[in-house]
Amino acid sequence: MAWLIRSKARLLVSATRPLRAPVDSFHCSRFSDLTDHSVFSFPRKWLRSKARRLNDVDDNQSGSSSSPHINRRTTVSQLEVSSNSRVRVDLFDELKQRFLSFKEHKYFREELEHFQTLKEAQSPKFMVIACADSRVCPSTILGFRPGEAFMIRNVANLVPPFENGPSETNAALEFAVKTLEVENILIIGHSCCGGIQTLMSMRDDGDSSFIKSWVTTGTVAKLRTEAAANHLSFDQQCRLCEKESINRSLLNLLTYSWIEDRVRKGLLFVHGGYYDFLNCTFEKWTLDFKGSSGEEGARLLVKDQELWC
Amino acid sequence: MGSESFEEAIAALSKLLSDKADLESVAAAKIKQITAELEAAADPNQFDPVKRIETGFLHFKKEKYEKNPDLYGELAKGQSPKFLVFACSDSRVCPSHILDFQPGEAFMVRNIANMVPPYDKTKYSGVGAAIEYAVLHLKVENIVVIGHSCCGGIKGLMSIPDDGTTASDFIEQWVSICAPAKTKVKSECNELSFSEQCTNCEKEAVNVSLGNLLTYPFVRDAVVKKSLVLKGAHYDFVDGKFDLWNLDFNITPTLAV
Repeated sequence: MAWLIRSKARLLVSATRPLRAPVDSFHCSRFSDLTDHSVFSFPRKWLRSKARRLNDVDDNQSGSSSSPHINRRTTVSQLEVSSNSRVRVDLFDELKQRFLSFKEHKYFREELEHFQTLKEAQSPKFMVIACADSRVCPSTILGFRPGEAFMIRNVANLVPPFENGPSETNAALEFAVKTLEVENILIIGHSCCGGIQTLMSMRDDGDSSFIKSWVTTGTVAKLRTEAAANHLSFDQQCRLCEKESINRSLLNLLTYSWIEDRVRKGLLFVHGGYYDFLNCTFEKWTLDFKGSSGEEGARLLVKDQELWC
Repeated sequence: MGSESFEEAIAALSKLLSDKADLESVAAAKIKQITAELEAAADPNQFDPVKRIETGFLHFKKEKYEKNPDLYGELAKGQSPKFLVFACSDSRVCPSHILDFQPGEAFMVRNIANMVPPYDKTKYSGVGAAIEYAVLHLKVENIVVIGHSCCGGIKGLMSIPDDGTTASDFIEQWVSICAPAKTKVKSECNELSFSEQCTNCEKEAVNVSLGNLLTYPFVRDAVVKKSLVLKGAHYDFVDGKFDLWNLDFNITPTLAV
């Protein structure tokens, strides 16, 4: 694609002064050049306090700040460009320290044997579909270690049905189910999901952003929520839609014949999960295949519902 | 044979405890420990997925959530991550492990071979939605695309026959997004082994994805304004290395003639 961008960029500039640097040239600040292992004598606590600084939340975020329309005042925009670069260098320096710490403590020591096995191949028992939201990484909230969960993360943890055609989500599903032969698929939704909020507040006003094009996958969930819970507040409806959308995605999984086949034979289990970070609870349920089907409008039957708190 | 010695052992223990009742609590603790160890060592086919994630969640709640009320209180109100990260779905390369991302730090997209397709609202609305949300609404300052060693997706790309026949429903179509990387590697690294070619392709595909990021006008605008930086990376878990590089892109001031 590089040549395509170069030609487009020239059109933007009426003179023929070339770009400052060709698109595919890059500065290499390579972590691997560092052989000085003294850099990771930093204690873990120090790294963690730095981690919080990495992400100082601006204090004007309040209410439903996961709304797509937040007006976020960025302190960065107030800095000079040069100090902006310094801040950025600090950020990546921080990441470098973290990687070296991971390498020293986990990779070479605590989990050496585990990582040796993983070099050869992965055999995760889970495929997880989760939201891209920075607060809900399943490795963190469910403690998945390297090798345990093959993971797709997209906006609002949506699984489109087979008839929608190719997408990154079904490519990953195909790999996980047919090649890795995972035994469990877990779709995890969460509270205050910006994607679901966009879906619920969408009107037919012809505004075609990427987000709207994508979240329309969840339209059935929205319609069912509105039909069942019109009397509730918008926020409450969003909470319900977050869960309804997981269920619709569970049903959409069954529209893939190689998934439905394995579920029917008891080789693959499909679960829904909901992480509520307002109360720190996790709700989990499993698809009861016998009562469910992949047809449109079909009902989903679940079993083994649990709430962990 | 085994059960006889088990019953003998139990009988001996019962006799001891009936003589010395004050040892009961010690015995109970040790029996609990033995039971847990035996359960853990039990037939791996008896893996209980639900128990696995329940344990994981309760551990997170106790060790992280409840010990950092300030952080999690803020996160409940909103997120302001500084990074948008593209990483592979591979179970071995979660950036939360290798770069220790804490909740709230990185908006994370994971797909096969960490690919960024070019702008296309019909075909690739999923990735486009994530980039749009991260850049326009969350206003992230950095996009990092992280490739990795032994990537099955890249290997799949490199293995697609020259006549273009595909064996999968969706996988090969997806990984073909980075076909330019394969073309470049095949022409420039012809003398290398297949495995070395794959390693080169893993890094070259990151560059193709970085270039594709620039096909999104809101990304291009932010990069030109210097409010957004694009970086590529490669995590090698065979040798324990991490490479990081920048994409430089600029549009110079117009000269009107």
